[in-house]
Amino acid sequence: MNSKVESEWDPPKGGFMSLHGDGLASRIRRRLPDSWQAGVALVALLLALPILTVFGHLFVPAGDVWGHLVDTVLADYVGNSLVLMAGVGLGTLLLGVGSAWLTSLCDFPGRRVFEWALLLPLAVPAYIIAYTYTGLLDFTGPVQTTLRETFGWSYGDYWFPEIRSLGGAVAMLSLVLYPYVYLMARAAFLEQSVAVLEVSRTLGAGPWRSFFRVALPLARPAIATGVSLALMETLADYGTVEYFGVSTFTTGIFRTWFGLGDATAAAQLAAMLLGFVFVLILLEHWSRRRARFHQATQRYQMLPRYRLQGWRRWAAVAGCAFPLLLGFVVPAGQLSAWAVRTAGRTVDSDFFELTLNSMGLAAGAALVTLLLALFMAYGKRLCRGPIVNTAVRVAGMGYAIPGTVIAIGVMLPLARVDRALDGWSVEVFGISTGLLLSGTLFALLFAYAVRFLAVSLQAVEGGLGRIRPSMDDAARSLGLRPTQVLRRVHMPVMRGTLLTALLLVFVDVLKELPATLVLRPFNFNTLAVRTFELASDERLADASSAALTIVLAGIVPVILLSRSIGRSRAGQKHAA
Amino acid sequence: MKNRWVVAGAALLIGVSGQAWSAEEVNLYSARKENLIKPLLERFTEESGIEVNLVTGKADALLKRLEAEGRHSPADLLLTTDAGRLHRAKEAGVLQPMQSDALEQVIPDTYRDPEGYWYGLSVRARPILYVKDKVDPQELSTYEDLADPRWKNRVCIRSSGNIYNQSLVASMIASRGQEATQQWADAFVKNFARKPAGGDRDQIAAAAAGMCDIAVANTYYLGVMLHSDDPAQREAAEKVAVFWPNQEGRGTHVNVSGIALTAAAGNRDNAQRLMEFLVSDEAQAWYAEVNHEYPVKADVAWSETLQSWGTFKADDVNMARLGEYNAEALKLMDRAGWR
Repeated sequence: MNSKVESEWDPPKGGFMSLHGDGLASRIRRRLPDSWQAGVALVALLLALPILTVFGHLFVPAGDVWGHLVDTVLADYVGNSLVLMAGVGLGTLLLGVGSAWLTSLCDFPGRRVFEWALLLPLAVPAYIIAYTYTGLLDFTGPVQTTLRETFGWSYGDYWFPEIRSLGGAVAMLSLVLYPYVYLMARAAFLEQSVAVLEVSRTLGAGPWRSFFRVALPLARPAIATGVSLALMETLADYGTVEYFGVSTFTTGIFRTWFGLGDATAAAQLAAMLLGFVFVLILLEHWSRRRARFHQATQRYQMLPRYRLQGWRRWAAVAGCAFPLLLGFVVPAGQLSAWAVRTAGRTVDSDFFELTLNSMGLAAGAALVTLLLALFMAYGKRLCRGPIVNTAVRVAGMGYAIPGTVIAIGVMLPLARVDRALDGWSVEVFGISTGLLLSGTLFALLFAYAVRFLAVSLQAVEGGLGRIRPSMDDAARSLGLRPTQVLRRVHMPVMRGTLLTALLLVFVDVLKELPATLVLRPFNFNTLAVRTFELASDERLADASSAALTIVLAGIVPVILLSRSIGRSRAGQKHAA
Repeated sequence: MKNRWVVAGAALLIGVSGQAWSAEEVNLYSARKENLIKPLLERFTEESGIEVNLVTGKADALLKRLEAEGRHSPADLLLTTDAGRLHRAKEAGVLQPMQSDALEQVIPDTYRDPEGYWYGLSVRARPILYVKDKVDPQELSTYEDLADPRWKNRVCIRSSGNIYNQSLVASMIASRGQEATQQWADAFVKNFARKPAGGDRDQIAAAAAGMCDIAVANTYYLGVMLHSDDPAQREAAEKVAVFWPNQEGRGTHVNVSGIALTAAAGNRDNAQRLMEFLVSDEAQAWYAEVNHEYPVKADVAWSETLQSWGTFKADDVNMARLGEYNAEALKLMDRAGWR
């Protein structure tokens, strides 16, 4: 679909990859819309407000708590966070890229099912997979109990991996976060010019060589995006590491802020955390450097898949089944087993309302976030420059910040606005308006936008990056204004990308807990809240119905997502 | 086009915030989970005709919300599951004292703020649980004794991030001083059978499965396990028994769940009625029946489960002190390497 529209607009140029520099056209573009630049900077500032608010605490005089942290636990926080990130980075890379390559370019039994099913773990919140695996693999769980009963062992007679450990956390997070890498890598492999891969084959490169020398380097920016999303999510994770007793930055922030009652030291920790994020962003940026990765050829056609034979077929099946089984089938199965036992008691009259609330919030947040992302990404395209670039980066940082921190960062400025409005209203009308924004759905949507903008932004920026700048130039020279170019040229071309952005945020909001918990209005509950309340009371079985509903509600968008990517294959005519 | 959006936005805001303006009601921020408070609130509404609007959440976050909202906060009451957080709320200036004879007569001195800023609603005890066929209760005496080397690799307890452990250590600082408590913690940590992970129930389950001989946990977790519909949980819970430590001295460590009037409270009278309802005989018995917590009120009959664990002497340190020593307790555990 992309290719069709693109070919109408663009004359063939030849060559299959072009490294675009800033030509004359882009120099003209840069001088154009100052209002965009101001707009983007303003929105970025608004979205950065919660984070800046938290960092405002940095300038409050500190006690001796920072010294205490350095002496005792800081090394643990840094070490554990680094190991966690390295582990999850490696895990998501292996699981995500491997399965994406297999399903995009090879043929083996069950490939069509794996294509969409590999995304399913995305629908499982990390804290839920942690709960279920703990239920299964813990010392008192069915697996170890069965082992002990079968072999007559008791505690200390045998070795079994401890699920509640740093390694366990790496495994859990990798299993639910690899789909980000899979998603991005698969989209990149599918969009790669067939010609490139054909050339590599005609030059005698086998599948492995084509993969490592051509496909992988070309897909690198997409893969880097996927991994950086996964790592940001890892940094922000609180539920899993807290449950597993692993001390990381996130758990440290809360311990310091609440337990030690020191907001300054907590903000110092959060600042260090953001330091990590900056390094991530720089790495990702550096990996792209000045290369542009859009297609420059008009030749699209089906690329014959590698038909795997013999043991390779089954190795491919096993390679794809592994993450799917562990990341989805096992936890969903365990949840279902619990739900069957407890549903009669736990699915009450509120349940429908909970589901509706969850879905409504997720849909609203997805839409708002997408609009913001479009605005920012297009603004960045229109006026490249340090201000806009920085603004867009800063606005996307919320993804690595724990939800509770963002929630608190949202509450403080909103309350200030409310107070100002109230004061103004009392003065002018003599009526106190109280809190207009705090404690409403607006506060929640704002928090979601701050937290999840990075997800939409990455997708939209990726989509825009694949559209040649010459298209903008052509459209503009035909008299369209910048907004019209976005609406009439870019948006139709990147329909698949926009859908991806929408669905990713939808699923993310469905799973989101901490911000929802603190910011929601009176008498307003969601599935995630219900799940957490029961699970944190150590009633996993009772929590299963709500948890399973989150997973099920997430499956539909996940399948849609997979279909939209399947269709993006260059030269593919609507068949996945 | 633009006007339509403004109207829609205004309608949304009014629709959402409007509910806080109707007549007989009271607004509650609760750290107690919905299923452990809502049935009581429904009974209250039935009896009084006052609607209760509820937001549940983690105590610290709710407290931050109260702080941020300031004098415009819609919340009338803050309910937490430990005294430490109530103390923090008082320090943060978001509470106001309430004088109520009904509350003061019913709730013992140690379970409420001396100045009336907050009142305890139910008592939660944190004794030693031992595996019946491995430990002779004669061997047990005090929390302090659990630091003795003979308990090496035999103790299960959850992480120091948990408020109940922070309060336990704070109570020890209050009674024995900081230095002695530090020495105790340093030695106690060496006796852990595993790195702290999971919740209180997990510690009980681990002890029952043979990983350790002693667990320190709140009794209501044991109660919930004993009444679980999962046979494995019941079986695990049957394997352990309750030992009440420090009976010769200060008594077993307890904490309270409690409630406080916010400084911004707009429905003061309704809030007071709800507070008084929560210490009525009916409500007090409910905590024991549903969640196996002890009533704060002396003359309320205990449930069978509570009776089966026997009576005990509770630490009579005022709960407010636990809040005062909380940060010190946490630092002390950091130094001891208690995760």
